[in-house]
Amino acid sequence: MDDMTWVYLLLVALVVAFGVGVVLLGRRRTRSAVESVEVPPATQPDPAVVPDDDERVGDLESGDEAVVDVADEAEVAPPRSMRDRLSKARSTLSGALGSVLGRSAIDADTWDELEEGLLLADVGIGVTTALLDPIRDRVTAKEIETPNELVAALRAEMIERLAGADRTLARRIDEGPSVWLFVGVNGVGKTTTIGKLAAREAGAGTSVLLAAGDTFRAAAAEQLETWAQRSGAEFVRGAEGGDPASVIFDGVERAASRGIQLVLADTAGRLHNKQNLMDELAKVRRVAEKGAGVVTETLLVIDATTGQNGLAQAREFREATAVTGVVVTKLDGSAKGGIVFAIETELGIPVKYVGIGETIDDLVPFDATEFVDALVGR
Amino acid sequence: MFDSLSSRLDGIAKRLRGKGRLTEADVDEVMREIRTALLEADVNVQVVRAVVNRIREHAIGATRSKALDPGQQVIKAVHDELIRILGGETLRISYAAKPPTVILMAGLQGSGKTTNSAKLASWFKAQGRQPLLVGADLQRPAAVEQLRTLGAQIDVPVWSQPTDPVQVAADGLAEARRLGRDVLIVDTAGRLSIDAEMMDQVRRISESIDPDYTFLVIDAMTGQDAVQTASAFHDTLEIDGVIMSKLDGDARGGAALSVKEVIGRPIAFASTGEKLDAFEQFHPDRMAGRILGMGDMLTLIEQAERAFEADQAEQAAARLMEGQFTFDDFLEQMQALKKMGPLSGVLGMMPGMPKELKNAKIDDDDLKPVEAIIRSMTREERARPELINGSRRSRIATGSGTSVAEVNRLVKQFSEMQKMMKRFGGAASGGGRKARRAGKGSGPNPFGGLGAPGQTPNLGDLESLFGGQVPGSDPFGGLGRPK
Repeated sequence: MDDMTWVYLLLVALVVAFGVGVVLLGRRRTRSAVESVEVPPATQPDPAVVPDDDERVGDLESGDEAVVDVADEAEVAPPRSMRDRLSKARSTLSGALGSVLGRSAIDADTWDELEEGLLLADVGIGVTTALLDPIRDRVTAKEIETPNELVAALRAEMIERLAGADRTLARRIDEGPSVWLFVGVNGVGKTTTIGKLAAREAGAGTSVLLAAGDTFRAAAAEQLETWAQRSGAEFVRGAEGGDPASVIFDGVERAASRGIQLVLADTAGRLHNKQNLMDELAKVRRVAEKGAGVVTETLLVIDATTGQNGLAQAREFREATAVTGVVVTKLDGSAKGGIVFAIETELGIPVKYVGIGETIDDLVPFDATEFVDALVGR
Repeated sequence: MFDSLSSRLDGIAKRLRGKGRLTEADVDEVMREIRTALLEADVNVQVVRAVVNRIREHAIGATRSKALDPGQQVIKAVHDELIRILGGETLRISYAAKPPTVILMAGLQGSGKTTNSAKLASWFKAQGRQPLLVGADLQRPAAVEQLRTLGAQIDVPVWSQPTDPVQVAADGLAEARRLGRDVLIVDTAGRLSIDAEMMDQVRRISESIDPDYTFLVIDAMTGQDAVQTASAFHDTLEIDGVIMSKLDGDARGGAALSVKEVIGRPIAFASTGEKLDAFEQFHPDRMAGRILGMGDMLTLIEQAERAFEADQAEQAAARLMEGQFTFDDFLEQMQALKKMGPLSGVLGMMPGMPKELKNAKIDDDDLKPVEAIIRSMTREERARPELINGSRRSRIATGSGTSVAEVNRLVKQFSEMQKMMKRFGGAASGGGRKARRAGKGSGPNPFGGLGAPGQTPNLGDLESLFGGQVPGSDPFGGLGRPK
């Protein structure tokens, strides 16, 4: 086979170079033609959509009067808070910055440890530097003198950066069904998140329908159906390998005809660098609004163990589907999910919900203070 | 993956190149950049610290030495260090003397255990083994159904029952013996490394089946937690190797580097796509080459050998050299190339590919218009592109659902390519066939005509072959420019 080697290589190189060259050249031409066109603003607020208030968190300032009155919050809220559950993870791993506390002075080691703590939490080098630099200036100016003050300043800065975001899940106030679309890479927990959110919403008195838009992964629909049974939600599925857009469309139509208020639409996990799959997802989102439904939330599900790649995921999914919020899952493990801090502060996509366990009520509203405390290890 | 890491290293190399002396400040700056590059690739903080310190020692040595090009020495130190970390042998599976060879799959939720269990079964089947899959994930709804569906797709039996995971694993082993299957793969539920109860359960599963290999499945997109998780699983289960899943994403896979460094166990397999055969043994040395931009020739050739028909390929190459390469030949080779997997993967393995090409988002579907255009040509047109006049062009454009401009471009570039190849065929020591014969063994390099004597063929040369020489025909010309 030895003398064949170069033949193969030549052919591969030739076909690749030629074929790809043609494609890219064509693409460059079309792109330059497209770029001169004015792009309309990405999302326009739907007049029929207002934030609901039964899942408010912390310092929410939007108290829209027009909001529909849903069941009492106390009935809905699960017994566990983010703090209860995160404490388990926190006690296992001493806080990343704990060792800094109680030292007598701020020295080079202090900075190294602070930086390392943030990096270990997957906050990322860029965001970490941007967080620490202004604090460094304040230390130089003698505004901050002890390590304890330093950690407090960092904590305050991080909480400040997460303040003011709207973390409610939007829905329509008129009759038609609201659609919440769930997107993300493979294995982050989209289906499980939908199952838990369905239970939460159904418990709050909302009528819910689950649409099994993951027609790719084997038995994904069965998995979602199990969740639908647990929460008493309606369930719509299609054939395995079928068209996801039409499954979700059918789900919305069924919801509209039966007066169901909320459609939770599952999609197959996909890597954000697969252009054809991202195009498919964009189509799913468009088709979901073809009928009676309005997509009021597109939620990107991110696994807390995700590293710096999470930023790329958020960018690509946002481009394809106008992501409105992030759900971070598996935060009850040893990973601290610092990447969602980067996603929210760098890209402005608010974190809305947090998955902290396997049971049906282990999905809770995101609480910035709790999150930061778990991250800096107080 | 690793793209940004290698391009950053390239950037550093460029700036250091030709520097007569390195100052302390130079070294500091370079170290900062290397550190940032590694951290952005999700290499574990502690591993980064150790690596950077080792490289720094070399670098400082280089600043003191009177060697001609200290910059080059720094780059070499970086390369050596990466190869050392990634390095090592490919894991060789040795089968149990008394079958079945038992394999336990473990990992976090969503890392891809079920899918990779099936992929691994498919791999064993390709090795001539008879695997049995056991579904011991009774936690996640429909996990066993998923495994059964996948098992049916690859024609491997799946065994499970709704009892208790430890019981299922033990009974599965008995079942494998009864059926005479020689490889047993046990899929388990995803679990968090800090969940004591679940970790105890997987330990009991492990004790009950006494696996020959325990594989930890890790998502290539994992961040700093990879090391934590891997260490915890290793403490409980004695991991033998890691299966990297979702390596077809654009994650830089620093987790891969770190896990190997921290638990000292190799990455055994890598999953590189959604299809069940997108799964291969992991070759650390080849991956090191890929990171460092040297391409991955061995894998490329292996895949090409599987995809191309030897006779056809040889004939096509000969015609190519003689300038008689037709659209039909091209189409044929394109079909073969498709069998080699996703185009972006093939691109990544090509040595000397221009960066812009490697990083370009190429979808296999992007080539469909090219195919459509060629398929809309008549037989004569394919053999003699010069026949294609204006009215034929518009007919082809309509038939293929493209525009006349696209057809024009394809035809023009194809004829340029033919000319180039003819010229190059003539240059290669007297014609294609002779050159190839001579190329046998350690003879003259058949790529001599490409201007890379005695070296591996370099696509950069092909690039110059297409570009530059004929105005308006450069397929790569504009790629280097920022958008």
